Amino acid sequence: MHAYANPARFLRIARPLTPWLVGLGLLLVGIGAWAGLTRTPPDYLQGETVRILYVHVPAAWLGMGGWSALAVAGLIQLVWRHPLAGISARAVAVPGMLFTALCLATGSIWGKPTWGTWWEWDGRMTSMLVLLFLYAGFIALANAGEERGSISRATAIYALIGAINIPIINRSVVWWNSLHQGPSITLRGSSIDGAILWPLGFTVIGFSLLFGAIVLMRMRSIIAANRVEARMRRRAMD
Amino acid sequence: MTSQWTYVAAAYGLTALLGAGVLWHSWRTMRAAERAADALRDGEP
Repeated sequence: MHAYANPARFLRIARPLTPWLVGLGLLLVGIGAWAGLTRTPPDYLQGETVRILYVHVPAAWLGMGGWSALAVAGLIQLVWRHPLAGISARAVAVPGMLFTALCLATGSIWGKPTWGTWWEWDGRMTSMLVLLFLYAGFIALANAGEERGSISRATAIYALIGAINIPIINRSVVWWNSLHQGPSITLRGSSIDGAILWPLGFTVIGFSLLFGAIVLMRMRSIIAANRVEARMRRRAMD
Repeated sequence: MTSQWTYVAAAYGLTALLGAGVLWHSWRTMRAAERAADALRDGEP
């Protein structure tokens, strides 16, 4: 892992990888969305609105997965001070926040015809909203610090402490009464019928690849901006 | 009464719009930053 913590080596891998992630991600999301809208049956209870599953679940997974990645990057930044750890944490925050917002918005749109309300202050929805605010706080903290191309010690600690919310989101439907359904996909299998479930694999992998592409692009932007700043400083000293 | 497909279309439309927006913005920002870095390197003696 130390070998890839070098920005020059990282760029040699990231440059050819970025268009592949975008292309493959768009293809898989396209197949999953097309199949989810046209090739699966409506649910016996929810009817056609069950199709929101194919965009809502990947958004939830990437919102939570994004913060998990952010916390790991924060830990690496604190312990080893890898040059890429702070850069990757900064790069993950914006797409992570976007997918959390998408999860809340699509969940709200799904909730209205299913539960009869756009919003309910229950454990799942409230803890997901807390995650959105945590992302906003991280972005504000990272931008307020002097480390333009990385993150400060305080920001890294904030990322680690914020990770406490991830298991709370995951277990919220078990711990508290909720309008939200219980865990339907676990390590032991799924309670969703296979005829409805299969396009979800395409959209989850597709959106994950697109998330990866966005993170790589943002990391490349930060590395390029760091280089510009370093060269300007060198010129000013000459 | 609102059709169930209206809710489905709203969820997919919002996802497409926001997803494409952040993808496009990230791509443009990256291209501009890398171009600026390359231009400075080329201009160095």
